[in-house]
Amino acid sequence: MTLLVGALTIGLALALLALGVYLAFRVLDFPDITPDGSITLGAAVSAQLVVSGWNPALATCAGFLAGCVAGAITGLLHTRLAINGLLSGILVMTALYSVNLHVMGRSNIPLLGARTVPDQLAELLAPLTGRDDLDVLGWRVPAHDAAVLLGFLGLSIATAIALLWFLRTRRGTAMRASGGNAGMMRALGVDVDRQIVLGLALANGLAATAGALLAQYQGFADVQMGIGMVVWGLASVIIGEALVGGASLGMLLAGALMGSVLFRLMVAIALRFGLDPNDLKIVTATFVLLALVAPRWMRSWKAARGAKGAG
Amino acid sequence: MLALHGLRKTFHARTPNEVRALDGVSLRLADGEFATVIGTNGSGKSTLLNAVAGTFLCDEGRIELDGAEMGRWPEHKRAALVGRVFQNPLGGTAPQMTIAENMALASRRGLSRGLAPALTKALRAEIAERVATLRMNLESRLDTPIGTLSGGQRQALTLLMATWLRPRLLLLDEHTAALDPKSADQIVRITAEIVARDRLTTLMVTHSMQQASQLGTRILMMHRGRLAHDLSGDERARTRPDDLLARFDALRRRDQMDEGVAAMLRRQHV
Repeated sequence: MTLLVGALTIGLALALLALGVYLAFRVLDFPDITPDGSITLGAAVSAQLVVSGWNPALATCAGFLAGCVAGAITGLLHTRLAINGLLSGILVMTALYSVNLHVMGRSNIPLLGARTVPDQLAELLAPLTGRDDLDVLGWRVPAHDAAVLLGFLGLSIATAIALLWFLRTRRGTAMRASGGNAGMMRALGVDVDRQIVLGLALANGLAATAGALLAQYQGFADVQMGIGMVVWGLASVIIGEALVGGASLGMLLAGALMGSVLFRLMVAIALRFGLDPNDLKIVTATFVLLALVAPRWMRSWKAARGAKGAG
Repeated sequence: MLALHGLRKTFHARTPNEVRALDGVSLRLADGEFATVIGTNGSGKSTLLNAVAGTFLCDEGRIELDGAEMGRWPEHKRAALVGRVFQNPLGGTAPQMTIAENMALASRRGLSRGLAPALTKALRAEIAERVATLRMNLESRLDTPIGTLSGGQRQALTLLMATWLRPRLLLLDEHTAALDPKSADQIVRITAEIVARDRLTTLMVTHSMQQASQLGTRILMMHRGRLAHDLSGDERARTRPDDLLARFDALRRRDQMDEGVAAMLRRQHV
């Protein structure tokens, strides 16, 4: 049961990453891999500030802002210096590795004993969950863990709603359209370059926040923790799209959130039943690859079968 | 009023692929004047439109619209004064967004876009009302993604979007060229209606002599990056598609003769 609760909680923290990846890949149509670095940046900044005695909520906000700066730099490299989008992300991600080491001063910061956002959430929700172990369908769950799970659930849903609200404002619709049809938006008086910079800043801010929450939940920030995270977020988005179908914007954001939780759950189960943790990245990459090519295979297979049926 | 002074643009300058796309184009278009632009392939007619729209900056020359010199403005800044419809029906709308959302985007052309909701009840009602003027029964489908509509429907909506806020200048770049004949006729009708209703200053590039002689108050014929003919007033009123074709043939013959004469001179003197 602890395993299940842990998987759900981490899935909810990483849901913010999935929302960021959704914003970059689907809304802006920009293959941004900066989050591999910015998720660690968020973790590093917030961990360093938490250790030095900052309020953990404020430290997490600082992580968000640091992520925004990283994303904005990727956007500026692409729009002002005309560097290929993928390469801009790679450059910033690579540079961030050094930045993160400098921020942390070493490769790992333990947060054991420090007051963190999960602690704050547990205190906030204590009236709801009580102080004793809870009984969920016959399983014993520590009240603290349940409160953190509920808190992260609230945080990720609130973030998704805020993002949905933003994407429906005048500025947000302009950003969505800039990703779909840049020429049209220029003809309607929108500085498309600015939309890209702004969107990437927001996407990486979300990823960094996910990193900050993850570090505080698992009790340490590590310079390696961002590796492969974009693919992870993409897997969540793809699962989400499969869950909700080609539905409305709100459903797709909810899908990304659910996809993140479901994917983390699937991984936890696979690990529980003997998947070698070293194989996790190759399994994730293979999953995303299959999810990308399977629809095309299905179509050609159906077309071939249809042709056979007609002939 | 639109005034162009000596516009020049060379693409791929100082390379073997050098193209002198605009070679000194000057033009005055009075308020409410509707000019059609025709010309052979590569004559520079679309380049002229894109130069005014700001897709690229000209090497030389000035572009004035209602007294504002906008020749150095970026494209999105010019959009505050200029409405555009593209040749590609996919070019003017965001496919994954609904009709209502696309129209809402157009309702803020050139204005600031803050954090107010893009679609309000009042705006939706206005959108339905304006879309109904197209008589395409699209007002009942405002929440349909625009990508599922036909090319003709999308071009009609793009026209509505370009003119939602009255533009000082409307640029139409072969906006019926990619449509089937029936849809093209429909778009021509809607274009004429909107331009006449709002008395819009309009520059329309077309490949169709029919359209050129049917629409507008003035015909500009381009050739090799220059204005070869400028027909207005009585002369314009008398012009038929055949007359335009005859003028094209004359231009083409002159080209061939130029080359023929040059070849002859080479033979004689070299």
